[in-house]
Amino acid sequence: METLMALVVGALFASGVYLMMRRSIVKLAIGLVLLSQSANLLFFTAAGLTRGSPPLVPEGETAPPVPFADPLPQALILTAIVIGFGVLAFTLVLVKRVYQTVGTDDLDEMRSTDT
Amino acid sequence: MGILAAVLSGFVVAVIAPWLTRWLGDRIGWVIAILPLSITAYLFTFIPAVADGEVRQYSLQWIPVLDVSLSFQVDGLGLIFALLISGIGTLIMFYGGAYLQGHHQLGRFYVYILMFMASMLGVVLADNLITFFVFFELTSITSYLLIGFDHNSEASRYSARQALLVTAIGGQFLLVGLILLAIVGGGWEFSALVDQADVIQDHSLYLPIMILILGGAFTKSAQIPFHFWLPGAMAAPTPVSAYLHSATMVKAGVYLLARVNPTLGGTEAWQYTLTTFGAATMLVGAYLAIQRTDLKQLLAYTTVSTLGLLTMLIGIGTEIALKAAMVSLVVHSLYKGALFLVAGTIDHETGTRDIRILGGLRKLMPITAVGAGIAALSMAGIPPLFGFIGKELVYEAALDMDTWAVALAFIAVVSNVLMVAIAGITGIHPFTGPERETPKHAHEAPVAFWLGPLILGALGLVIGILPGLVDARIISPAISAITGEPVEVTIYLWHGLNVMLAMSAITVALGVVAYVFREQVRNLSNLTWELGRVGSEAAYDGALVLLDIVARGQTRIIQNGYLRFYFLTILVVLVVAAVYPLATYGDIEIAGDLNDIRFYEWGVAIIVLLGAYMAVRAQSRLAAVAALGTVGYGVATIYILYGAPDLAMTQILVETLTVILFVLVLYRLPQFATLSRPSSRARDAVVAVTAGALMTVLVLIVSNVQFEPPISEFHAEEAYPLAHGRNVVNVILVDFRAVDTLGEIIVLAVAGIGVYALLRLRLWEDRTEQ
Amino acid sequence: MTSLILQTAARSLVAVLLLFSIFLLLRGHDEPGGGFIGGLVAAAAFTLYAISFDVPSTRRVLGIRPQMMIAIGLLLAGGSGVFALLTQDPYLTHLWYDLDIPGFGEVHLGTFLLFDIGVFLVVIGTTLLVVLTLSEE
Repeated sequence: METLMALVVGALFASGVYLMMRRSIVKLAIGLVLLSQSANLLFFTAAGLTRGSPPLVPEGETAPPVPFADPLPQALILTAIVIGFGVLAFTLVLVKRVYQTVGTDDLDEMRSTDT
Repeated sequence: MGILAAVLSGFVVAVIAPWLTRWLGDRIGWVIAILPLSITAYLFTFIPAVADGEVRQYSLQWIPVLDVSLSFQVDGLGLIFALLISGIGTLIMFYGGAYLQGHHQLGRFYVYILMFMASMLGVVLADNLITFFVFFELTSITSYLLIGFDHNSEASRYSARQALLVTAIGGQFLLVGLILLAIVGGGWEFSALVDQADVIQDHSLYLPIMILILGGAFTKSAQIPFHFWLPGAMAAPTPVSAYLHSATMVKAGVYLLARVNPTLGGTEAWQYTLTTFGAATMLVGAYLAIQRTDLKQLLAYTTVSTLGLLTMLIGIGTEIALKAAMVSLVVHSLYKGALFLVAGTIDHETGTRDIRILGGLRKLMPITAVGAGIAALSMAGIPPLFGFIGKELVYEAALDMDTWAVALAFIAVVSNVLMVAIAGITGIHPFTGPERETPKHAHEAPVAFWLGPLILGALGLVIGILPGLVDARIISPAISAITGEPVEVTIYLWHGLNVMLAMSAITVALGVVAYVFREQVRNLSNLTWELGRVGSEAAYDGALVLLDIVARGQTRIIQNGYLRFYFLTILVVLVVAAVYPLATYGDIEIAGDLNDIRFYEWGVAIIVLLGAYMAVRAQSRLAAVAALGTVGYGVATIYILYGAPDLAMTQILVETLTVILFVLVLYRLPQFATLSRPSSRARDAVVAVTAGALMTVLVLIVSNVQFEPPISEFHAEEAYPLAHGRNVVNVILVDFRAVDTLGEIIVLAVAGIGVYALLRLRLWEDRTEQ
Repeated sequence: MTSLILQTAARSLVAVLLLFSIFLLLRGHDEPGGGFIGGLVAAAAFTLYAISFDVPSTRRVLGIRPQMMIAIGLLLAGGSGVFALLTQDPYLTHLWYDLDIPGFGEVHLGTFLLFDIGVFLVVIGTTLLVVLTLSEE
């Protein structure tokens, strides 16, 4: 299963960075989303996958039944997803502001606006 | 403890100096002077013990893992410098208050100068190499701030930067040298390294260490070819020039030479390097001085000359040479401090420092004239002043050398002839002759102006007549510290009729002649004026221009402003940096196995891949957002499949909100457009696919490697017993790693506030435009 | 975007969603859920309301400015760790109290709940701050 997920990670990463290398500024934002999906999934896969047993302690027990999915990367990814959302919101608003101020969506034309 | 307080008290008082200045007004100088005065008094209590050969040490842990401690020691060498620093500092403090009276940044002046004094005390009392270096650099920084004190003047800023660059670059050499020294010598304390002298001098790194440390000392002490920053430093207010750039800071380099002399000195390389540079600096400094007409410039170049003399004497390294060095050190600090203060007073009272305009001030400023006269006589080496003794000892030391004796003695005589003439020009000429018209009509200055020169002049006279006051108590312990062995020296005013006396007589006679014909000498020396333009200062300016060109060029290439090229560069570097080790370490196993995959897993993976492909190929914004949604929900499904319900829920919710966010923003954004050429699209695609493939390979490698047992087991086993939670993921978030989570929600809040600020800022602008 | 059907549905949906978000928040320590997820659900609820009606009425229903929610949330989350200092434990070590409520059973109460409520509020506040400010443009 790791092999398949590794392929998905690679594909998401490639699509993300390809979009971020475009000149159109909206594609930059879309690429960013794909890139963070890829990063989250990379972390999830690299820690090892376990099918269908979430790290929950059943009533009457003190530890989750073995095997259980690794809880630590889940905790880290959970916050990463939410922060990714915050960063995306910021990026989108920034893109919008830049477009309104500069009047172009071509990143190549923006390189001279601060000089 | 007392030593630490003596060093650090300056920093403490510096912090409150602006408020003190506001509160005390014109009396501030006298009050601030109490601090250096009490430090001087405290240092005096060390004299008996140090004279007996004791070394007082004090150490405080600073960075124990790196063997860096705040360790200080008071030995003869440190004490003689510390006394000069705090003693002259006392005079400077009240002189500065009077000189800058009413200046709106007087408080700032005291902040800087107190910090400087504290740093300088740190330099001469530090035992640990790193502590020493930190204080050494602090003196460069405070010197920079003081030279640029008049920051509205372009010349001040230029000079300040020049001084900082030269001394700080030297400081970098010094740091490397000190670290190598500590590694080779096996210790971080000066006092410990003395015993390792043989080991260090036989080591193959000895020569590099010596050159690096000399780099620090020569730049700081303005040795040729690094001398040019010191006359520039005269842009500072005169009390600063008197204190930093003649009496104390520029001697930090000389101090360093003396301090490492028992460790590094005694070799031929050491001896010849120091003697050569020292003698050249002495001669050139005096020669450049005689060309000047500005009082401060004259004094600055003679300071360069004296620094050369001190370097040369330490290089010669015999007992008599070190005796001459220590006596000359004290002599110079006394008379040069006095003459600088007098120059400041003259400037303050007449409005000019040009010797061609000045004259006849003795009647208008009689007390200042007395102070200046005594100091000038000491500088000229006239008996019975201390300067006479110094000059005799210098000649004796030069003649005592095995090789080069005649050459060095000749250079010393020539330099001293010029010094005699300059002593007359700076200390006597402004006060004699007919009264001249000056920009301001001069009066005798207030007591704060003439007290300092008078005290310094009187000290030169008293020590000259009674050298027994200092020889055993102060000079001998200092020489012992430089040689590394106990030494007893006695100093006499009268040496008897000998070669040295004859040389002194010739020097004074020729010097008086040069003084009388000073105009002609200056005109003659001005013929070589043009030579200065191809000197090291021109090299310095050229280097700065070159630096500018290189910086601009590399910025144009590297910081070109094309975001996608930054990205491209990062990816290419990443691929190369990751592939190279993968290819070279042969034993890494990449396990790819597609047999254990269930059909629904294939399904989800294909949906995610299709979504990503659609996002890349989408021709409209809305299609791209829809594709993103597909990817997001697909990834959420993956989280469900592999036991992460919390992640799946979060992902689905965030995905929903993301789509809403895009919709809110998107219709105000431009349509998609294909802007780049097919060739660059192909290039980007190749790089992106390569990087993606690399990620896949890395994941496969990583998921096969297990270095340590995962910490997750602890989390899973202890979640319920310790944290009373059954959902281990949540327990990690709110309990085990709660500090992380706190940091993360702060980031989230910052992002939200950033969005708000970006949008509101625009609304506000719109409103003002309307 | 004012549709009568959407508005009628939204009114009841928002109430249900908010209730659900609090349920998720409270059960988060033992079952999937927690402050992040609960906060996102609540934020989605208010966003739905804002889409169905308009921003001013959403702000009225909300009754508190999102910035204030962020501030209170950070204060709760950061403050929940201070109690540990009273018992000489490291910052953010959570404390526990067993409460026996007659007829309901034993309940664990801990400072972790304060922390999770803080997270909950920050997530709602940030999301709504972004969504509402953007919608007002």
